[in-house]
Amino acid sequence: MAQISLNVNGKNYRVDAEPDCPLLYVLRDNIGLNNPRFGCGLGQCGACTVLVNGSAMRSCTLPVERAASKKIVTLEGLGTPEHPHPVQAAFLEEQAFQCGYCLNGWILSAAALLERHPHPSEQQIQAAFEGLICRCGSHAQISAAVKRAAERRA
Amino acid sequence: MAATSRREFLAIGGLLVGFKFGDSAFAPQLLAAETAQTPAPARLDSWLRIGADQSVRVFTGKVDIGMGVQTALMQIVAEELDVAVARVELIMGDTGETPDQGGVGGSTSISAGAKPLRNAAAAARALLIELASARLGVAPGQLEVADGVIRVKGDASKSVSYGALVNDHNLTENLRVSGSGFAVNVEGNGKPKDPAKYKIVGQSVPRVDLPGKIFGRAMYSTDVRVPGMLHGRVIRPSGAGASLVRVDDSAAKGIRGYVQTVTRGNFVGVVAENEWAAIRARDAVKVTWSGVADVFPSDLYAHMRQAKPKASRESGRAEFSRGQKIVEASYEWPFQAHATMGPGCAVADFRADGITTVWSGAQKPHALKQGLAQMLGVDEDRVRVVWVEAAGSYGRAGDEDVAGDAALLSQAVGKPVRVEWSRADMTAWGGKGPAAMVDFKAALGADGRIEALEMIARAFSGTEIIPQANTAGNMLAGQLIGMPNTTEGNEYVQWGASTFAYEIPQVHWAGHVIAPLAPAASPMRAMHLRDPNGPAGTFAGESFLDELAAAAGADPIEFRLRHIKDPRMEAILKAVAERAGWETRPSPKRDLGAGRGIAIALRGGTYVATVAEVEADRTNRAIRVKRLVCAHDCGLIVNPEALRGTIQANLVQSMSRALKERVTFDDHKVTSVDWKSYPVARWADVPKIEVVLVNHPEIAPSGAGEPSSRPTAAAIANAVFDATGVRVRRAPILGSG
Repeated sequence: MAQISLNVNGKNYRVDAEPDCPLLYVLRDNIGLNNPRFGCGLGQCGACTVLVNGSAMRSCTLPVERAASKKIVTLEGLGTPEHPHPVQAAFLEEQAFQCGYCLNGWILSAAALLERHPHPSEQQIQAAFEGLICRCGSHAQISAAVKRAAERRA
Repeated sequence: MAATSRREFLAIGGLLVGFKFGDSAFAPQLLAAETAQTPAPARLDSWLRIGADQSVRVFTGKVDIGMGVQTALMQIVAEELDVAVARVELIMGDTGETPDQGGVGGSTSISAGAKPLRNAAAAARALLIELASARLGVAPGQLEVADGVIRVKGDASKSVSYGALVNDHNLTENLRVSGSGFAVNVEGNGKPKDPAKYKIVGQSVPRVDLPGKIFGRAMYSTDVRVPGMLHGRVIRPSGAGASLVRVDDSAAKGIRGYVQTVTRGNFVGVVAENEWAAIRARDAVKVTWSGVADVFPSDLYAHMRQAKPKASRESGRAEFSRGQKIVEASYEWPFQAHATMGPGCAVADFRADGITTVWSGAQKPHALKQGLAQMLGVDEDRVRVVWVEAAGSYGRAGDEDVAGDAALLSQAVGKPVRVEWSRADMTAWGGKGPAAMVDFKAALGADGRIEALEMIARAFSGTEIIPQANTAGNMLAGQLIGMPNTTEGNEYVQWGASTFAYEIPQVHWAGHVIAPLAPAASPMRAMHLRDPNGPAGTFAGESFLDELAAAAGADPIEFRLRHIKDPRMEAILKAVAERAGWETRPSPKRDLGAGRGIAIALRGGTYVATVAEVEADRTNRAIRVKRLVCAHDCGLIVNPEALRGTIQANLVQSMSRALKERVTFDDHKVTSVDWKSYPVARWADVPKIEVVLVNHPEIAPSGAGEPSSRPTAAAIANAVFDATGVRVRRAPILGSG
């Protein structure tokens, strides 16, 4: 066990955790967040995505010690109904998702993508999304939402 | 989010039972069971209660598996009661709070499941009008309702609200009950509205569940946290038929937070104080299993062809003569996995007195309550199952089986236990959609019409494990502790009224059920996966129709229309052809490496026609789906945009199954264990998706969750034939099979 300092959604935490414990379980079990979500534990699906210093990362394979003192943003910290992030607003307007279990990956990857490429090309979108799975198949609405979010930010 | 927020209800008269909810994230544990009797459908307030603040609380045994049906059900109730949708709150799938409606399945949540809700709302409205009539001294016919306020027509100063009326009266009227399960219905004295007068039904009300999900505030079954809760993980056998020889947990004992390893029969699980400790303990415990081999066949389809069927049926006759043009072909469909986005997860809290609460995303919570009670050896009324939304299950996925795991572990350690499966527990050990193979033979007449047709189907039964987990032996944990599966059924790949849209003079159908690959606790046990036999049977049937069209030298749509008399099917065929820009000509086109294909389906009164456009390269066998266009007629549309979203997603999911999905196994275990060994559609695979909704307000709604699964595979295979002249007769289309 070690004491590890984390900055999550703008708040500082000190948690007792095994240094090799994936960030996912620290965020869920030590800090009590519901997002990120467990999907595969193998970095293959993206349900556990969080932003680490602005990059979309898989928290299920990221040891917590490697996230220490970095800025972590989870879906809870992205925006609120009163002040939605443009990506959240766009996903809501497009009524994207069926069950929504996968949406951490899509929303946070889209937010990171648009931060880097405000007008992403199809190739850039493909690169951002190729590691994600939506088992329900909501890709058509997700695609529309990303385009809408890019327009909103413009 | 007003519609789904937890409101504090005031206890007034007998109408309300003094609900008090805290923060929604913790609501389920505040509801932990004391007694757990399921409300009787014969009482109005089992279905619907109105608060003094004009809020309407509706109780349904239906649940939402991610398609947005809760919003549609709320619209239907709001419509009948004449209140804004935002006033309605829906309580779903809690065996202690909601009547038993058989849970969710068969695309029946609107067609059948909404009926008692609609009728209960109509009964409540009629009763409230009667009360208002007495209160205001005006005949009921002179009253009208606007957002829960009853007023005198032409004199808005005379009015009374629903909330004020329920202060003095209980809505405990008796209702007439008919049917059970999916078909349970109630009727009171109120008559539901004429659909021609609908104002809320038919509108694209935004899905009430999406804001909570998109802002990270929604709660799934994975997020249930109970005080004192421990974390469990399961360790499955080395393969089908393996028996537990020995468990050595000495290495786990050094893990901080490790509690114990539980074994019972062939069931093995570890319990720890936190998830990471549970995961490490699972990996550290050494389990020895008896060796097994040669359980599963090396050639699945050869096995299916040779195996003596465990059950057979047939109907009709077809005679073939020498002068006819005969066409024959065989098609194969693999085992597929639910592989839900979130592996199975449940929390069970078994108390010393046997009172048990289980939080689960199961599609059929009332049935699960029975099965869990049997497994735990307690009275049914001691068990309460509280449904909490889970990752889209699309059939009998993992939610029931993992609830059994959690119940056994909680009973063993005497504390609440949350169990979450690994990806391999889900993909390899979750139930499987059954494999099927179909042989077709048909005779074409000189006029280019089908004169006789024969279909012989061999398939595993999708009810090897029935979708209702109402016995212990239905669940994997039950089987692992030696409880027999007593409810196994025989389900056929049919050629029947619900799947067959054509009029052909002679049709002979025979169906054979292949016995389960292993007798018990098998990772290859067949269960319902979205539209259980539909994709397999329709892949075969609609590919074969295309082969017949090609043999007749006819355009595939024109050939189908020769055999169709149903005007609704004709209409959606025309609708899809128009939207797709269908070019009328026989297949194959062959020249450009691009092609289009059509397939249709009829399921439970819903009509679907899908056109696929593909690019296909004969030399390297690369196939890419460029566009899917689907026309869909399910009668009255309750919520057009939510329906469109569900169909669009279903087209992608069914394309994934058609192109990529196949469960692989060796001689005793499943080798599809993750997203690499069980690939599904990803971003680069997804084509342009277009949906044409055909609305029939005058026809009662039929189902929409599954029907559009059905034609996709054949539409793609037919497009591949059009592009290349090569016929694909084995799914998945991209797999080497």
